[in-house]
Amino acid sequence: MAHTETSGTNRRDFLYIATGAVGAVGVAGMIWPFVSQLQPDASVLALSTTEVDLSPIQEGQIVTFMWRGKPIFVFNRLAKDVELARAVPLNQLIDPQTDQDRVKAGHDKWLVVIGICTHLGCVPLGHQGNYDGWFCPCHGSQYDSSGRVRVGPAPLNLAVPPYTFVSDSKIVIG
Amino acid sequence: MEGHSTYQPQGKIARWFESRLPIMGLMHSSAVSYPTPKNLNYWYTFGAILTMMLGVQILSGVVLAMHYTAYAPISFARVEHIMRDVSFGWLLRYIHANGASMFFIAVYIHIFRGLYYGSYKAPREVLWILGVIIYLLMMATAFMGYVLPWGQMSYWGATVITNLFSAIPVVGTVIVEWLWGGYSVGDPTLNRFFALHYLLPFMIAGVVILHIWALHHVGQNNPDGVEVKSVAKDTVPFTPYATVKDIFGMVVFLLFFSYFIFYIPNYMGHPDNYIPANPLSTPAHIVPEWYFLPFYAILRSIPDKLGGVLAMFSAIAVLAFLPWLDTSKVRSARYRPLYRQFFWIFAVVAVGLGYLGSQPAEGGFVIASRILTAYYFIHFLIILPLLGLFERPKPLPASIADAVLARNGATVVAGAAAPQTKG
Repeated sequence: MAHTETSGTNRRDFLYIATGAVGAVGVAGMIWPFVSQLQPDASVLALSTTEVDLSPIQEGQIVTFMWRGKPIFVFNRLAKDVELARAVPLNQLIDPQTDQDRVKAGHDKWLVVIGICTHLGCVPLGHQGNYDGWFCPCHGSQYDSSGRVRVGPAPLNLAVPPYTFVSDSKIVIG
Repeated sequence: MEGHSTYQPQGKIARWFESRLPIMGLMHSSAVSYPTPKNLNYWYTFGAILTMMLGVQILSGVVLAMHYTAYAPISFARVEHIMRDVSFGWLLRYIHANGASMFFIAVYIHIFRGLYYGSYKAPREVLWILGVIIYLLMMATAFMGYVLPWGQMSYWGATVITNLFSAIPVVGTVIVEWLWGGYSVGDPTLNRFFALHYLLPFMIAGVVILHIWALHHVGQNNPDGVEVKSVAKDTVPFTPYATVKDIFGMVVFLLFFSYFIFYIPNYMGHPDNYIPANPLSTPAHIVPEWYFLPFYAILRSIPDKLGGVLAMFSAIAVLAFLPWLDTSKVRSARYRPLYRQFFWIFAVVAVGLGYLGSQPAEGGFVIASRILTAYYFIHFLIILPLLGLFERPKPLPASIADAVLARNGATVVAGAAAPQTKG
């Protein structure tokens, strides 16, 4: 804009700022719907709880269920699996967490974890590896009988999904 | 480049049109009278071959999209429908699937050509960076295209690659859920990948136009790496010389391409992708398509999730900085005795990484990948900067014409003396 002698603002400054402000708000307002549509939609969210009947699962058996499109491992652990998981000193773990923190009190034999390797998302194979738990075929991570990572490259333990016991033989995930 | 806007519209209509939209003049100056260095060899035909492959992929892809449906429960069956029911559907799909591999074969030759002859050096830095951008877009397009048949490798490849973004601290998980449109790879992911797979080739075409614009503005590099000094002595017009040479290169490349389409159409594919996607069972041995293998080996060689992801992306990003990492003023490896040897070592390392990427991540393979990954970065970050300081290059020819005469002087003189013997 050409230099003018008058100090203070004139009509052109007002229009310039007002147009800019409306334009910026308008652009920002339109960006949000375009980003937000990327999120999981209502039909995906509607599938966000799953009920699981535990009674047919034998001792020592790992059964896979689906929750939110992801595999959930439900492991009916033997007493020795639980003992083994609890005997490990925490400082030997990559992602230190006690076995007690990963199960519901009073239901210690039931381990419920999301069956997705925390490295790059493959599904680990049950009853394999050297730690009485899972082995991931993609990049060789191993998990123990508490679903905790024992051999990398996975950085974290298998995640525990939000779930509650509605009775002794039934859980609701989500 | 100077001296090539000689277009004279012939006839009244042509003159009328040219004075309103000078597109014929633009075409003429870029594809007919454009001066090309006279010493270009067949490695310089891959730009034209790549342009052709982009056309082949867009054409076959648009036609395939007319028969395909991006909906997770039926996408696998739709691809088999194309293979069995659609007239010549098998041909269209094999052209498109093998075309992706051919595209990458050509782009790797094109990139290594640029590395050998120093085509990234001033004043061609922007030209080179545009090429790196095209390469990145190609990788994104190819990856998303591979997801569309919704087989086991599609599904698990998509899972592993999208999970790379979960390595980003704090926001990683949210970004991955936004990529997926859910809590795992699923129908929303397939749909958005299809939309982007259709979009990105047109973005590639846009960047290709910029790439060619930059090329024609600064002029082509050439095997001797010396600039054109005299248009009359050092260059020949694009048409017919480069046009015919490029078309010959394309025809030979199409023969090679046809062998794959008609004799070994699944050679580059993975048998697991003929099993429908199953979110509950990961194939025992996941490998990406061959053209991603060197980067996959780099990813797996680092025993830390974020570190591996960063190393993999850095391996590509480092290419964009190459014009400044290579400190030598001499372009062509013909005149750089040491660089020439390091170039070949690097080529072997790159192929070696590709081999390691295809092998299971265990034992000696992991150790070998670590050594080669380290060398990959040492080449760019240590060897190239130092080489420019310590290497003693061979004397450069005074001009392209001098270089050509020095190599073929005897023949040229003989040819000039007896022109009638030259068919």
